[in-house]
Amino acid sequence: MPKLPLEGIRVLDITVVWAGPYCTSFLADLGAEVIRIESLNTFGPLARGSMAHPTEEDLKDMSPWAGAMPGRVPAARPWNRYPIFNAHARNKLGMTLDILRPGGMDIFKRLVKISDVFVENNPTSTMEKLGISYSLLQEQNPGIIMLRMPAYGNTGAYRNHRAYGLHIEGVIGHTLQRGYADMDPSANSTVLMSDAAGGTQGAFAVLAALHHRKRTGRGQLIELSQAENTLPYLGQSFMDFSMNGRNASTLGNHHTYAVQGCYPCKGVDRWVTITLFDDKDWVAFVQVLGNPDWCQEDRFADAISRYRHHDELDRNIAQWTEQLESNDVMRMLQSVGVAAGPVMDQRDAYEDPHLNEREVFEEVYQEDTGTHRYPGAPYKMSETPIKIRRGPLRLGEDNEYIYKTLLDCSDEEYAELEAQGHIGMDYPEDMP
Amino acid sequence: MPDSALSDVKVLDLTNLIAGPYCTKLLADYGAEVIKVERPGVGDGARRLGPFPGDVPHGEKSGLFLHLNTNKQSITLDLKTEAARSVVRELVKETDIVVESFRPGTLACWGLDHATLRSINPTLVMTSISNFGQTGPYRDFRMAEVMVYGMGGEMYSTGIAEREPVKLGVNVLLYQAGATASVATMGALFGARGQGIGQHVDVSIMETQVGSIDRRMSTLIGYQYSGDITGRSPLGSGGGYPYGAIPCSDGYLEISAGRNYFPRAVSMLGSPAELQDPKWYAPGAQRDPDLKEEFDTMILTWSLEHTKAEAWAIAQESRVISAPLNTMEELADDTEFNSRGGFIEIDHPVAGTLNYPARPFIMNDSPWSIRRPAPLLGEHNNEILNRLGYSSGDVVRLRQQGAI
Repeated sequence: MPKLPLEGIRVLDITVVWAGPYCTSFLADLGAEVIRIESLNTFGPLARGSMAHPTEEDLKDMSPWAGAMPGRVPAARPWNRYPIFNAHARNKLGMTLDILRPGGMDIFKRLVKISDVFVENNPTSTMEKLGISYSLLQEQNPGIIMLRMPAYGNTGAYRNHRAYGLHIEGVIGHTLQRGYADMDPSANSTVLMSDAAGGTQGAFAVLAALHHRKRTGRGQLIELSQAENTLPYLGQSFMDFSMNGRNASTLGNHHTYAVQGCYPCKGVDRWVTITLFDDKDWVAFVQVLGNPDWCQEDRFADAISRYRHHDELDRNIAQWTEQLESNDVMRMLQSVGVAAGPVMDQRDAYEDPHLNEREVFEEVYQEDTGTHRYPGAPYKMSETPIKIRRGPLRLGEDNEYIYKTLLDCSDEEYAELEAQGHIGMDYPEDMP
Repeated sequence: MPDSALSDVKVLDLTNLIAGPYCTKLLADYGAEVIKVERPGVGDGARRLGPFPGDVPHGEKSGLFLHLNTNKQSITLDLKTEAARSVVRELVKETDIVVESFRPGTLACWGLDHATLRSINPTLVMTSISNFGQTGPYRDFRMAEVMVYGMGGEMYSTGIAEREPVKLGVNVLLYQAGATASVATMGALFGARGQGIGQHVDVSIMETQVGSIDRRMSTLIGYQYSGDITGRSPLGSGGGYPYGAIPCSDGYLEISAGRNYFPRAVSMLGSPAELQDPKWYAPGAQRDPDLKEEFDTMILTWSLEHTKAEAWAIAQESRVISAPLNTMEELADDTEFNSRGGFIEIDHPVAGTLNYPARPFIMNDSPWSIRRPAPLLGEHNNEILNRLGYSSGDVVRLRQQGAI
């Protein structure tokens, strides 16, 4: 069996929230040894939870993707049981280190010496406070690749602006282009599309730099502004402004030229999406419906009329879908080549025959949560299958290996670092 | 000038529309030589999608196509003809990567599947991007972007409980699929160069959402852990306050300053005496609907007196996580984005000079660059065929057979 593509590459990771950790999860999947550095003395926002020591009462209140620890109980180490963290923490190694405490910077520098890549996604000022810059890394290791992923950039007036993905998307114009067409943007949900873009293209950037280094022997600094990085995804709207001075606004679930919507199905909160791109789709669709009278009306006679009377058409389509299971609508329409599919909740995804046949979920054990099925890498490779080799990273799980084996710390030195608050597997009890 | 990161990489691009071309755009813009194969006379389907200048359709003026195909060369080949397939096999000999987005099974029908191409070039990386992947019961299903989100992504919990689930903007998920494919492709290339083995990468657009950090993986795992489903919340029921889009004099400011961050919001409002009252800081205050209403009135009084840009500046001074909701025009006019080089003017022989989104990220030692605008349909036919050793007589014969 060939080795995984990135076997032998070591990545240091001090990322926070989502975009950075998603980036390093791609690198870890591909076989890199990703070492995540966490501090026992700070509890990063939305990393290992919203609080270090939640009570059962706190968890009860939280939405499932944040608070649904197994059994809705915090147990001994809730920070190893947080669904948001455990989504991106597969295949990584982890250590605890407080760079700001005595001895911390020295250990950090020793890690840099033996690494190929360093990834961070903090506000510019946070890195200044930590004293970490590309020139500092280069002094330790001239060939190192550094990926920085600030919200807007490491230069300019926004370099320290605080943002999550939701805010970055607001600035680059995505928020005004999504959500219900007849409601104001205060009805919009929190989405993290720019975190997905940042993590993914950040991983691409590192791979491109590794490729370049192999050819030239040189490392480099990569600066990924998450805002600039996501803007290409809105290329169609940006070009429309460039060409026509038009500001795109949301179409809700409608399409620019097709008939498209999200329609209710039998059951509670069950939905299907249907898209009729052209006349051929319309004819096939009408046949599946059994050619009811309303389909013959003039206002639905051609593509332009249908688009013009889209809302009335939606009401008619909904009256048909309401009587059916969402999966049945999909099967009936797909059998005649019409695009239709259910809106799948999380249970639907786990039970979906297609995802199961393609082995999208992998069963993985982790000491603090037990055995569960996790989504794996979002692609398949024929010769080097990408698997979850290791479950969600526990805080400080690999301290011994990293300090003693990789950095050659003596038992004495290790004990001293432990006493200084660098090493452990638990946050202090008084941390909120 | 230093060379680009991928300037030694050759890509044969058999993709169409958005996801595939975005994957190869990333490769091309960071230096790879990308040869794009298009259907004679018709070309990439994106050429027929807008936007067009003045809304007048024109195959060389589609904003979508122009954006997605920078730095690529175009050759027209009708893969239904044996002569065209022979050209593809010649090109495969000198290429590192093939990216394709035909319906699964199509290339096999033409004798251009991975196994065959790898017998020509053993270290070839071939990436297939399809709606549902190369296997499985949905393999041949049709797809629309909204379906990707509904079936693969987190559409179910996007929107409000009172209404239907709602999609994201434009066609962003297809870009995300293309970006994911670019990571897998580069990973495979790194392995191919290191170990001398080629491989086939199977990218299912649906699965790029199942494995997305944009909430889907977390809600799936939350369900695994607890059996609880993540659905849509009722309107206005965000966690704590202030949270969400608040109206300013000229638009909205998106703000996340509830719970732990509440003191920052107080400072943003100038720390008025009313907000020093201990009731705001008592346990449970962030869940109290009456207090929320009282606070909403205060923040509205403040926000409506400011433009969203002013409110953003004040909020950031208090380290409040926040942002204005910009239109495309406001973004294109933003001084900071302009001075950092977030946009770039590209001149195209037919479409003229237009402003485009620029580099996604800055590689300091191997820069992103625009070496050429999106190609005209078949612009590089002669150049590529002559390089492969076809004479001008051969090219005429290929043209007469309808192969190019």
